[in-house]
Amino acid sequence: MNALIEFFRPHLLPLLYALVIVAVLPLIVGYIVLVERKVMADMQARLGPMRVGPHGLLQPIADAVKLLIKEDIIPENADKMLFWAAPLISVTAALLALAAMPIGPKFQIADLNIGLLFILGISSMGIFGIVLGGWASNSHYSLLGALRSAAQLVSYETAAGMALISGLLLAGTLSMHRIVEIQAGAGVWFMFLAPVGFFIYLVASIAETNRAPFDLPEAESELVAGYMTEYSGFRWSLYFLAEYVNMIVVGSIATTIFLGGWLRPFPNVNALNFLDAFPPLLMLVLAGYCFYRTPKQPVKVQKGFLAAVGLLCLALAGVLGVVLAPAAAAFKTPVHGTFWFLLKVFLYLYVFMWLRFTLPRYRFDQLMKLGWHFMLPVAIVNVMAIAVALVLHRPREAGGLDWGLGASLLVSNAGTLIVAAYLAAVGQRRASPVVGGA
Amino acid sequence: MADTRTTSFPNVETTVLGADEIVINMGPQHPSTHGVLRVKLKLDGEKVVNSECVIGYLHRGVEKIAEHRSYQQFAPYVDRMDYVAAVSNGLGYCEAVEKLLGAEAPPRARVIRTILTELQRIASHLLWLGTHALDIGALTPLFYCFREREEILKIFEKYCGARLTTHAFRIGGLQYEAYDELEKDVERFCKDFEHKIAEYEDLLTQNRIWLGRTKGIGVLTAQQAIDLGVTGPVLRASGVKWDIRKAMPYAAYDQYKFEIPTGRNGDTYDRYLVRVEEMRQSRLICLQAIQNIPAGPIMARIGKVLKPPVGEVYHSIEAPKGELGYYIVSDATIQPYRVRIRPPSFVNLQAFDTMVRGHLVADVVAIIGTIDIVLGEVDR
Repeated sequence: MNALIEFFRPHLLPLLYALVIVAVLPLIVGYIVLVERKVMADMQARLGPMRVGPHGLLQPIADAVKLLIKEDIIPENADKMLFWAAPLISVTAALLALAAMPIGPKFQIADLNIGLLFILGISSMGIFGIVLGGWASNSHYSLLGALRSAAQLVSYETAAGMALISGLLLAGTLSMHRIVEIQAGAGVWFMFLAPVGFFIYLVASIAETNRAPFDLPEAESELVAGYMTEYSGFRWSLYFLAEYVNMIVVGSIATTIFLGGWLRPFPNVNALNFLDAFPPLLMLVLAGYCFYRTPKQPVKVQKGFLAAVGLLCLALAGVLGVVLAPAAAAFKTPVHGTFWFLLKVFLYLYVFMWLRFTLPRYRFDQLMKLGWHFMLPVAIVNVMAIAVALVLHRPREAGGLDWGLGASLLVSNAGTLIVAAYLAAVGQRRASPVVGGA
Repeated sequence: MADTRTTSFPNVETTVLGADEIVINMGPQHPSTHGVLRVKLKLDGEKVVNSECVIGYLHRGVEKIAEHRSYQQFAPYVDRMDYVAAVSNGLGYCEAVEKLLGAEAPPRARVIRTILTELQRIASHLLWLGTHALDIGALTPLFYCFREREEILKIFEKYCGARLTTHAFRIGGLQYEAYDELEKDVERFCKDFEHKIAEYEDLLTQNRIWLGRTKGIGVLTAQQAIDLGVTGPVLRASGVKWDIRKAMPYAAYDQYKFEIPTGRNGDTYDRYLVRVEEMRQSRLICLQAIQNIPAGPIMARIGKVLKPPVGEVYHSIEAPKGELGYYIVSDATIQPYRVRIRPPSFVNLQAFDTMVRGHLVADVVAIIGTIDIVLGEVDR
């Protein structure tokens, strides 16, 4: 018995984390959708969901209930087995990728020594779900959507991978935990050392998650809903969940590799320690806003709910504030780290939303051309330039930074930018529109 | 239009790899065919080899109905053809019957008609811009456009009580006097609208993706456009300077200064630029018109029962989508003997096959959008 307990003891905490992630993530995804709709509404001069709960705060719950009680339709000519399995593959792959993500310095299910490889490998498995789902539906639109998805994912994953390598070269390790620690040691996020790599990853990750302006697989005005056309109800919501979890995954990867993971801005500058007050203050402001809006709600239930949300924010502010006390110093980094990590991921996703509601959609051939003729070459040049810079100024320890290395990295990034500008100019000249007939 | 298409482009390359062509059916319930248009597309991969428009899903026999209604009774029916530009439809019909009667609306009525029709042109173009951008994947312009369109519809509502199918004009003039703040409302709208157009242009005109999706797409040369009988912004974008407001002025257009924007390349981007510029010009016409609305009666003395003399008349106006013509034959009874309507959308839709060949599926929605069709008008 004791042996059994001893065997399980190291696995208890990871198990708890896994439980938290699997249980809480669908809820988070629901609220990300709500935030997205609110952001969209804000950009489009309207209010967005306002009916269900105060300011539409219960909308995600209502949506989830609606999806769960919908009729489960499987098309008659569909391959039933695959039709059933495809969304599960997608959602499992997306959730598994979070296993190696360091959400806080202590909040990580497993710190694998090949962390990044594991995440990339597992999250690419999701494409099987898409292709199989499109094929199993036995419909032209689904099939076209699935093929587009597969082609797009393959082309942009190469560019995204190359962009991540620039971060890996700087860190010298694949372990996600170590990568953040090395950024802490260097005192600077890798985003500032490899800005070109970060930018390429940003664009490629939008394309990888099929978001606008690269949302061709589900281009509503062309292919109805792409590979999801024949899906409805719960199966559809699994695809939906997978899509948003994938967004969280790419956001987390970018946060870990380029944005310093759980570190606060300027982690080593003691003069900026007042930044530690930002998390509790932000929560206080949110709580204040909730209380300010509470009396203005029309219905009693809504008043109560909004006040409860305010109290929750207040409690979080309390937690984030208490750990600042010298007595609780041991808890400060884990608690604040998780806050900063989630904030960065959210800001990353905000950029996704912002672009989605601003830009029109690429055409498929233009998307492919951008991927293969521009993004991938620039990413490769970027890797080579950074490698050369690192060889010329080999840091004494991994992640160690001195002015020489900084300067050579600056030069290498500038060189990459020149190549990128050249490629863009060539692409512009070569871009001859497809002219129908005449 | 079924079989003329095989001759229009002999040099289209078909099946490069000898692969099987697939036929895709777009519509009539497809989200971006602007109503109930059905398009059968023959595809080689994603490239359109051949296309065929199937229309008639919204046919209501408007022309036949006219033969069983008196002249006044038929007027509200024309609002239901191009239902996003009802005021323009009404203007064309009323003027055609007036021509048949040998009557003319009083100057005050004509100026008010001009103002409302130009506002309707802006509203129609706004709806086009919003949906066209939405088809190409830009979600936000739609809401901006509807915001401004709402202001125009409010003016209509204040004027005649209706927003969409307005029945704003009567044969011989107007039924309603302009409400007190009409000039002020129109002026306020025009003042604001200048900045609003700049907003749309900020989002789209220089946008690399927008340029990539619209430049060189659906090219129509001037000769092709004329051969196909295309009119309106689609024709002007191909470089033909033809606008009935200038060529054969009606209502009060001869009193105002405005430009006719034309394009050079005849592609989707030029059609976009032409329509945006047309909105600016319409705004200028409205601003000029409200400066000086003549006083006087709003209705000509034409009697309650209309019995035009035996004869026929063709009268056309520049509707937002192109030349809208009414051909009316009278047999000296209270009902027209025959009414034939030349709707711009129907004729412009002919150019679809010419424009779409050789392009990709994604361009099909861009091209449907750029023709600016309303199926109520195509099918009548």
